[in-house]
This record gives sequence, C-alpha cells and structure tokens, in this order.
Amino acid sequence: MQRKTFLKGLIGAALLSGTAPLAFAQEGEPIKIGEINHYKRMAAFAEPYKKGIELALEEINAEGGVLGRPLEFIFRDDQGDPGEAIKIAEELMTRDGAVMLTGSILSNVGLAIASLAGEKKWVYLAAEPLADAVTWSAGNPYTFRLRASTYMQAAMLAEAAAQTDAVRYATIAPNYAYGKDAVAAFKEVLTRLKPEVEFVAEQWPALFKIDSGAEVQALERAKPDAIYNVTFGTDLAKFVRDGNTRGLFQDRTVFGLLSGEPEYLEPLGAEAPEGWIVTGYPWYDFSEEDAANKTFVDSYVAKWDETPKIGSLVGYMTAESIAAAIEKAGSTETEAIRTSFEGLPVDTPVGEITYREIDNQATMGAFVGTTALEDGQGVMVDWTYLDGADYLPSDEEVKKLRPSE
Amino acid sequence: MGLFLAQLLTGLANAGALFMVASGLSLIFGVTRIVNFAHGSFYMLGAYVGYTLMQVLPGAVGFWGAILLAGIIVGLIGVIVEICVLRPVYSAPELFQLVATFGVILVIQDLTLMIWGAEDLLGPRAPGLKGIVRIMDEPVPQYDLALIAITPFVALGLWYLITKTRVGILVRAATQDREMVGALGVNQSWLFTGVFFLGCALAGLGGAVQLPKGGADLLMDFNILTSVFVVVVIGGMGSLPGAYLAAVIISVLNVFGVSYIPQSTLVLMFLVMVVVLIFRPFGLFGKEEVAGEHGQVGEPERPIKPAGLSVRLLVAAGLLLLGLIPILGSNFAEVLATDILIFCLFAASLHFMLGQGGLVSFGHAAFFGGGAYVAALFVTYADTPMELALILAPLGAGLAAVLIGWVCLRSTGVYFAMLTLAFAQLLWSLVFQWGDITGGDDGLVNIWPSAWASSNTVFFYLSLVICAGGILLLRHAAHSPFGYALRAARDSSRQAEAMGINTKRIQWVAFAFAGAMAGVAGGLFVFSKGSVFPNELEIARSFDALIVVFLGGVKTLSGGWVGGASFEATKDYLTRFEYWRLALGLLIIGVVILAPEGIVGSLRKLGERMGVLTNAEDKR
Repeated sequence: MQRKTFLKGLIGAALLSGTAPLAFAQEGEPIKIGEINHYKRMAAFAEPYKKGIELALEEINAEGGVLGRPLEFIFRDDQGDPGEAIKIAEELMTRDGAVMLTGSILSNVGLAIASLAGEKKWVYLAAEPLADAVTWSAGNPYTFRLRASTYMQAAMLAEAAAQTDAVRYATIAPNYAYGKDAVAAFKEVLTRLKPEVEFVAEQWPALFKIDSGAEVQALERAKPDAIYNVTFGTDLAKFVRDGNTRGLFQDRTVFGLLSGEPEYLEPLGAEAPEGWIVTGYPWYDFSEEDAANKTFVDSYVAKWDETPKIGSLVGYMTAESIAAAIEKAGSTETEAIRTSFEGLPVDTPVGEITYREIDNQATMGAFVGTTALEDGQGVMVDWTYLDGADYLPSDEEVKKLRPSE
Repeated sequence: MGLFLAQLLTGLANAGALFMVASGLSLIFGVTRIVNFAHGSFYMLGAYVGYTLMQVLPGAVGFWGAILLAGIIVGLIGVIVEICVLRPVYSAPELFQLVATFGVILVIQDLTLMIWGAEDLLGPRAPGLKGIVRIMDEPVPQYDLALIAITPFVALGLWYLITKTRVGILVRAATQDREMVGALGVNQSWLFTGVFFLGCALAGLGGAVQLPKGGADLLMDFNILTSVFVVVVIGGMGSLPGAYLAAVIISVLNVFGVSYIPQSTLVLMFLVMVVVLIFRPFGLFGKEEVAGEHGQVGEPERPIKPAGLSVRLLVAAGLLLLGLIPILGSNFAEVLATDILIFCLFAASLHFMLGQGGLVSFGHAAFFGGGAYVAALFVTYADTPMELALILAPLGAGLAAVLIGWVCLRSTGVYFAMLTLAFAQLLWSLVFQWGDITGGDDGLVNIWPSAWASSNTVFFYLSLVICAGGILLLRHAAHSPFGYALRAARDSSRQAEAMGINTKRIQWVAFAFAGAMAGVAGGLFVFSKGSVFPNELEIARSFDALIVVFLGGVKTLSGGWVGGASFEATKDYLTRFEYWRLALGLLIIGVVILAPEGIVGSLRKLGERMGVLTNAEDKR
C-alpha cells in the first residue's frame, strides 16, 4: 500500500512539474506552423516565397503576434518528393508541435499532404499548388487553398481571348497534369464564350525538356490565329527565343498563363515577348491608388533589398491568412482552426479575400495584362486585377466537382 | 518539302550538343569502364562557366573563345575530380565508381547554386548569328546552321585524335584490353586522367555551345543525363561514330515526333532504344563487352555460409530493439522507422539481384513503383482491402518483372542495365501519360490502411514483420540451391551451363523474384504514405537503391539493408541543414574512398584486422 501511494505521489509530482511550466509557457511560447517546401529543387521559386512569409511574420509579431503569442514557421526541405513531404509533415505535427501545415509549390506534393491532412485531421493550407484537384476532386474538409487555381487563371485568359477576333487556336503546354488542366480549362471556357473557335494544334513538350525549334515549326505548320502558351521557366525562355527568331509570334495573339510573373519574365530580360496577354504580377506599376499593394512592395524591397516575385506575395498572404485564422479561432486546436478558415475573410495587399465555405478555395484573383518592353526588361502594362470569385464555376457545379462534401 | 528540310535541319542542330556530351561519356566509359553519372553535371558546369565568360569577353572572338575556354575549364575540373575522387577507387568492385560520381553530382549541384544563384540564366545569342536564313521559304536560325557545321569538325577532330595519334592508339588499346596496356608499360593513371579530361571537356563544350539555344539552369544536369545515356547505348558504348549517328537519329526522330505525335515527347527516345537493343544487343556500333572477362576486379568474393549462433542472436537482439521503438521512441520515430524499413526491403531486393546474380539494374524502381501502383489502383477502382492489395502488389510487380526480364536478359552488362532503365522509363511515362486511370502526376490519393492498421504503431509493426521477413527470405534464398545456381551463373556462365544449369532461366527467376520483393515494399509504401505519384517510378528512385546497395557492399549478404538504413537515416538528418546536398555528396565520396568494399565489407575487414573477428567465415 505504502509503496503504491509513494508511486502515486511520484507520478503526481512528475505530472505537476511537467504541466506547470507548460501551462505557464502558453503565454509566451510561439505558435508553430509547419512549412514544407522544395527549397533546393525549386530554389528560384521557394526563396522569394519564404522571404514573403518572413516579412509577414516580422510585421505580425511586431504587433504582438497571434493570441498574444509570437507566430513561428518551421521551414523544412522535402526535395520535391511527396513521400518525403509526408514523413516531414508527421514530424512537424507530432514531434515539433506545429498546430497546422502549409507549403509546397508542386501540385503532387500538395496533393500528398492534402491526403494526409484529411486522414489525420490536420489543417493544411496549400498556398502555391495550382492543381484544381487540391480543392475539388481530391479536396477534403481539412485542406484549404490560397492561390487562384489553374481553372481560374485559365478562365481569365479565356475571357480575354473571347474578345479578340482569333478563331483558330493552337496550344502548347508541358506534358503533365498542370499543362493538361490548363489547356482543358481554357478550351472549356473559351468554347462556351465563343462557340465558333477551333483548336488546330496541341503541342505537349516534356516539362523542362522542350525541343523548342521543333515545337515552333509544328505550331507554325498549323497556321493558327492565336497561341495559348502554358510553358514556363526554361521551357518558356527557349520557346520565346525560337519563336522570336523564326517569327512565330508575328501577327498572332499569344495568351500566356503565368507568363507575366516576375519569376518567368525577369530571366528573359530584353527578349521578353511583347504584346502577349498574360497573368502575372506587375509589382513595379502600383500607384498611390493601389495603396495596399504598394505598401507591401515597398516594405519587401526595404527588408530584402530585392524586388518581389509572385511567390513573395503568396508567401506573405499565406502567413497573413494563417494569423487571421488562428486569431479568429481563438485557440490552436485543429477543429477550431478548421472551422475558422471556412468563410474566413483576410485583408491582403490585393484586397480582401475569402476562403469559400463551399470548396475551401480562397478568392484571391490574378493580374491580367499585356506584356511590353521597358528599359530592356519585360513588364505588364494595361493590367487589371480580376477577382477570383468571378471565375469559379457555379455552386452546383462545384458541389459535383467536390465529392468529399 | 521545305518544311521537311527545315525540320531535318532542326534535328541536326539539336544533335550537336547532344553528340559532344555523349561522345565524352562514351570515351570515359570505353577506357575507364566508369559509368559517369556526373556527366550531366559537367555539361551544366560548361553552361554556367560559358555564360560567365561570355559576360566578360567581348564580341564574336570572345563568344567562341568563351565556349572553348569553358570546355577546357570543365575538363580541368574533371581532372580534379578524377584525381581526388576516382583514382582511390579504381581497384574497387566493378561499377562501384558510379557511387562516387553520384556524390559528385550532389556536390556540384550545391556549389553551382552557391556560386551562380537559383535564377535561370538565359544564354546570350551568338554575335553575328542572331538572324535567320530562308531555305525554301522556311526560316532556319543562323546559329542552327553554325552548329550543324561545327559538329562534324568536332567529330572529325576526335576521330583524328583517336585513330591517327599515339594517344589515340593507347586509348583504343585501353578500350579493348586495359590490363594488357598496363602490362606493356603504359602509365594507366595518366591515360585515365587524360581521357577524363577529354570527356569532361567535351561535356563542358556541349553545355557552352547550347547557350544561344537555351541557357543555364540547375535542372539541366539530370535533364540531359538520360538522353545522353540513351545516345551512348544506341550508338554502342565506346564508339564515337555510333554516338554521332545515334545523336542524329534521336534528335531528328524527336523533331518529327513533336510535329506528328505531339504526345510522344516522353517516350520516343526509350522506344527507339528498346527496339535497337532488341535487334542489336550491343548498340549500332558496339562490340561485345569484354569487361569482367579477365576475372572480377578486386579480391574474389568469399563463399557464403549460414549465419552462426552469435550472428543469429545479434539479429534477434536487433529485431527486439526495433520492436521496442514504439515504447521507447516517439510517434515520429515509428514513422521514420517504417520509412527506413520499407526502403531497406527495396534495397535488399535489388541487392539480391545485383550481389547474388550480378545483374546490375538501373530501373529497379519500376517494380517498387509498379507494386505501389498495383495496390493503389486496386484500392481506388475495386475498393480492395489493404490485406489483399498487399498481396496483389508483389504479384503485379513480379508479373511485370517476368515480362521485362524476358526482354532485358537478352543483353548483358551495361546494356542490360540500360534496358532496365528504358523499361522503367516506359512504365513511368505510361503512368504519367494515362491520366484518366492513373491520375497522371496528380497521382492516386487517399489510399490508407484498413482501420485496424491505421495507427502509426500498428502499421510500424506490420512493416517490421513484412520487411524483416522479406529481407530474411531474400537471405534464405541466397543459401538455397537456387542461390548457388545464381552465383554460379554470375561467376562463370559457361561453366555453370556445362554443369547443366540453365543460366538464363535462373537469372530470369531471380529478376522476377527481386521484382516481386520490391513490389512488396512498394505496396507497403502506398499505405504508409496514403498516396502514390509517378515519382516512385522515376530514375532517381532507381538510383537511390543502386547507390545504397553499393554503399552497403555488394559482396556481402547484408549490404542492401545496411546501406539502405544508414543512407536513409543520414539523409533524414542532413536535410535539416541548408547545404545538405553538399554534405551528403561529400559524405558519400568519403565513404567510397575510405570503404571501397562498402560499409559492411570494409567493417568486416576492419574487424578482422583488429582481431575482433577471427575468421572471415564466421561473419555473415
């Protein structure tokens, strides 16, 4: 008997000494967010994104943090490998004490984490992955997405395309899910808006292995009125160079998905295409009217001494969204954060966005404009910001697309 | 007609850089028998160095000078690599050096990122060659024409060097019989270094010469690697005219493929390779491999024998310790251990085929990913329960191995390895392309274990039982008559056949068995991750397994899982740091130099030297 009481006392003491500092630490202990990304494999995209997050964290914590506690991100590299990302997610959530997950640029890694989040009931904010499946076919109640999806951005370009005279379209897209989704969405929306269009050629170069000379010849052979381009990165650079050299773009309208983003436009320098209608991010062109956008750009340049990319903006908005969600939830419990995300309004540099209750997709839009050359550098001119909410299918269609709810 | 000609010219122009890189790889392999995985890295370095030089040197002279200089500088970097990394391991078992070159890839990747930054660099255009020429009304870029003109000169220069000079005679002699060359008093080390210089310089030249058609980026090393291997294999390893012809064939076919079957971009090259190797198992101009005919390099392998009592007790203690992980460790320790166990079984299955059968596969991920996809597809479309899916995975993977093995085993050596690579790539592109069924690269998601196994702890025990059981089964197979026959076929195919062993059939069974075991690992993998993507069929996955098998030690029984466990654990730890690839690369190179017989082999030797292990026969 005595021995048992002694043990009980020991256990009680241990529990007390264990929990007391824990309860006490709640006050000043940082709230940790697990961030998984491809810092090595896609350094050019992940670095600006990380810098955007760090800027937002600095601002949030300077104003007293979230729920009176500082907000902290744990950044981990997954080598661009979905299996690796799953392992890291487990570690972040069960060992490092993260309260929710975010991260990934590649869609497949995003989908893998989303699947895990649904199974383990952890909240995951997919910031950058564009695949429609993240919120639709593979969507689940625990996964939210910030950026305008492939469908939304393609629909914006299709709307612009419907207003031109072009009838014969050719498409060129990398041969993987993002490229295929982007072409399918563009075709669907454009055909609905303008039934007489025809698609005369579809080119599918392997991702980052484009044979640009051959692709340009193949497109030229189809004699299209307009070209819809989904290639990006080194593929885009090669395609633009060969297209310019061989005169493919003369007297043709080109629509470029993401082509106006600084990540892709800047490396092209003076060879950036002119007159393409693109989605992108014209950070250089914000006037006093776009005060919120301008403030973000200025503080980013001040902090990092370099200009922002679209990834910087997404990173910044990711941290803002998470802070807003936890603040609204009033706790760091998963269920509280999840319900708080549903219908959550967030004030961001591009205006107020909402995480829709129906499909967990945020209404962040995109900048659509025309490319031009200024001082030997490609820029977007005549741009407008289109609200993402206007480019999503109707609620009935979304419900059909999202079997999980 | 005009378009046809223009397309032909595009193909010929594309062949230029490809030929230069491929001929370098071919030369290096021909003389040193090193499969240089790092060749793509030298190509990437050529592009970056060339880019930097072009910013400094002015005008047309500067442009062409920069290309030449880039070649020379990259060649010199190659010499440094050869002297520091490869020289110490020439006497290691065959193909061991490829592990060292894998380490070099990682080091170069991180150093390039450090020096040149992450952003893609757009190559400058060639001065005076920026425009187009109209040929039969079709636009042809001037630089394309320049490339078409330059490539034959490079090829001719190489041909002259190889056939007409004394150096060339030595190189050719070494290609045919390097031991004889050494016996005749030629200093082999400098011959090897010289060839490495030439090969790397060609890769650097290729990287620099393509700048006006593209640029420099951090993914180009792996992006060109497969095409270069394909070209070298189609042409015949070690054959320069073969490399040229193959580069032209691949490039021209690619151009027409793009125009007439736009979806073909992923597979065409590999289909061509499979067809060529089926009809000409040694490539267009290749000769039957002579490597290995003078007996294996390094000391002969020791005969294996069943484990003694002490080893058995040790293994039992180890398994018990593993079984205690859920009690002693955290939840994450279970997850990590599950990952490592699955990878160990995958590595052990390749190790069985490679170590016992001498069959070097570059495409073992086909069966790991294949098993994973079989399980995932059954779950997705037939609501198959986990228990059944775990049985179907090895069956599916084994069936695939039976079919693939039948074709691949027609070739031997490096050609066999390349055929397995080709089939893995074909399977990958099938999964990748057939989005309606496989989900393409959006993969198959929400494939979770049955309710009873859904906790990490239970799944860990399940993996422990299956993976440890699988590894023991593989070990048991090595001791069975089948294992003896397999080793006989490996060590002397002719004598084995004279004894009445059907060597091809034995190897075929081994191939299928190893494939099925990889399928077991793949099936477990899906349920541990909840999703599967084409990444699991990628070349990189095959290489992972290959690297750890060599690191662990080919000529030991436990090399596969020991290498797998140490590699995975180290990687998990290192990826927490910023420049982890540099650290991992240096570590691999260090292990390769210090332990040329792999971790297990070298530890065994160390133990014997220190008197801890009295007799070699006692261990394993």
